[in-house]
Amino acid sequence: MSKHAVATVAEIPPGQRKLVTVRGRSIAVFNLDGEFFGLFNRCPHQGGPMCEGILTGLIESDEPGNYKYSRKGEILRCPWHGWEFDVRTGQSYCEPERVQVRSYPVEVAPGERVVQGPYVAETVPVTVEQEYVVVDV
Amino acid sequence: MNAPVDVLERRADAEAKLGIIDCDIHPSMKSPRALDPYLSARWRKHLTEYGKFNCGIYADRGTYPRFSPATSRRDAWPPGGGSPGSDVPFMREQLLDAYNIAYGVLEPLLGGNTSRNLDEAAALCSAMNDWQAHDFVEPEPRLRASILVPQDDPEASVKEIEKRAGDWRFAQIQLGSKTSEPLGRRRYWPIFAAAQANNLSIGLHIGGTQNSAPSAGGWPQFYIEDHHVLVHSMQSQAASLILEGVFETFPNLKICLIEGGFAWAPSLGWRLDAHWAKMRDEVPQVKRPPSEYMRTNLWFATQPVEEPENPEDLRQVFEWIGWDRMVYSSDYPHWDFDDPKHAFRFKMTEQEERMLFRDNALNVYSFQ
Repeated sequence: MSKHAVATVAEIPPGQRKLVTVRGRSIAVFNLDGEFFGLFNRCPHQGGPMCEGILTGLIESDEPGNYKYSRKGEILRCPWHGWEFDVRTGQSYCEPERVQVRSYPVEVAPGERVVQGPYVAETVPVTVEQEYVVVDV
Repeated sequence: MNAPVDVLERRADAEAKLGIIDCDIHPSMKSPRALDPYLSARWRKHLTEYGKFNCGIYADRGTYPRFSPATSRRDAWPPGGGSPGSDVPFMREQLLDAYNIAYGVLEPLLGGNTSRNLDEAAALCSAMNDWQAHDFVEPEPRLRASILVPQDDPEASVKEIEKRAGDWRFAQIQLGSKTSEPLGRRRYWPIFAAAQANNLSIGLHIGGTQNSAPSAGGWPQFYIEDHHVLVHSMQSQAASLILEGVFETFPNLKICLIEGGFAWAPSLGWRLDAHWAKMRDEVPQVKRPPSEYMRTNLWFATQPVEEPENPEDLRQVFEWIGWDRMVYSSDYPHWDFDDPKHAFRFKMTEQEERMLFRDNALNVYSFQ
């Protein structure tokens, strides 16, 4: 595993995402209200490009007629067949233990630290004034 | 007309890498006026002033987006604008080149054949046939058109088939799995006669008219239910065609069942054979066990592929139906698209792959 600065924080506002390539892997980086998450850009079902999916919430029901809507903006649906994944963990809703999109740790780091290393800033130019989204691959 | 030389060259190249044949690609119109150049002034005026007198088609019936906008993959919207399936260069990039597709059969689901006004249906089908040929096949000859026909007017249907027969741009005749009466009824036989005489197969795609509820159990309440009951219409049509004796009268008729599932086919064959063993004399025109017609006259397009918990179970289903009956379809750009590389989760031999992805389809379609 090595750390890679892939974007400035300002580049991925809350609710948005960016597709990055790190060590040959296509990774979709999402900003959920200031928290960042990275998911492999291939659905484990048939390979749909996850970065093009919609972020939505969970609709659940304890019994017919009762509905609950929760976790708004935290559920990523594959743009092809609509499978639901938890953007925080990559786990699928229907089979969380068995079906998962690979997730990559993401952190925010100030430019100062990125410049000092041990980060490898290979996809964006880094300055000390900015904050960066760093993916661990 | 002869196929352009570059298609033949491309085909030779593609064969080296197993060029795939995709039996189900959905084209859409760039604008609501896309058919205008192919409609006479009389029908342009009629459609402007009265609109289409529909009996509700599959793709137009829902009052909500069908799971995904335009029923499509969210990544299938052309970057240059227009709806999924309307832009040939983007279709080329996202589907034909990406998967090395040697031929793709267009299956428009635009409701030309669902107008209750039969003359309007004939005009729309004919216009949509010209539109496919000019707007899709000519710019991209790997694509081939379906001959759309107003099936409730067999005479007009035959006229349209004969107009298109021998034209390399057309690969098959399309019918929908929902019809005014079961397709085996003799009112439809002139269409089968014309298909057989012109060596054109019939692609029976789910959808069609909605004169009755989609399910024998009535109207579904949910899309998930509506989406599933489509397979019932396909089973009913298969049974009707066999039991009315269509394949005895037209032994060379080829019918490809598209998007209606296939795991039900072995069970349908077993049940019909068991009934036939007892009640054969009610339908003496059915000279062989019904499942035998399924093995000589029907083909099954795979999308949306069955997804059993144990992937090897799918191999068993293929074996029950017969490997030679199975043809690949993607359903591009619709949301339930099957990726040829990932949809089938069991290991195939090279020969099985060739049959499913290409050779079987070459036995069905008239690619010229």
